Amino acid sequence: MIEPDMLTIFLATALLIVVTIILALYRATIGPEVYNRVAAVNVIGTKTIVLLVIIGYIFERPLFFDISLLYALLNFIGTLAFAKYLERGEVWSS
Amino acid sequence: MVELIVTILLVVVVLFLAAGVFFMLAGAIGLLRLPDFYTRLHATGKCDTLGEVLIIFGLLLYHIYYYSPGAELSVQLVPVKLLFLICFIFFANPTATHAIMKAAYNTGVKPWKKGDRRM
Repeated sequence: MIEPDMLTIFLATALLIVVTIILALYRATIGPEVYNRVAAVNVIGTKTIVLLVIIGYIFERPLFFDISLLYALLNFIGTLAFAKYLERGEVWSS
Repeated sequence: MVELIVTILLVVVVLFLAAGVFFMLAGAIGLLRLPDFYTRLHATGKCDTLGEVLIIFGLLLYHIYYYSPGAELSVQLVPVKLLFLICFIFFANPTATHAIMKAAYNTGVKPWKKGDRRM
């Protein structure tokens, strides 16, 4: 079993990460332009990676980590595609 | 002696986690408070990268302590993959920030100057 002290510390860390996600979500909501929203969504995605790793250690399933690796790749590709789309008006340059 | 080493390791883990959470909170406050798009990305692009890397490194140390002897090979290899994740975050996060910022600059988002209205 995981020690209660370390469980408390992991839970507090996860809670503080959720607080930062809520702050970034506020920025993604109010805006003011599309670029602020994309940047805030990217920040939320990268925080979710760490949150998934911590959840894996809270539930004593460290292989949850594979999901966070996949999520990191998807978040990176999605952000790059969105930036190219906003810059050129199309994803693939013809 | 072994208990002392374990205690020191756990304290180091907690220090890594606390430092990471501090940097992530600083980045989030910068994302909220700074006046325009470029300064906001300046805050989050660096603080988030460092904070996440610190937290994942702390969890890697905890994994080495907690699952070291007698686990399956797939569980024992998790620290290596966590190192790969750290390398990937170090490359990918500034690249994504740079891509968004370059797109904004090329499409004509004006930087904030002193005296302008806060956006």
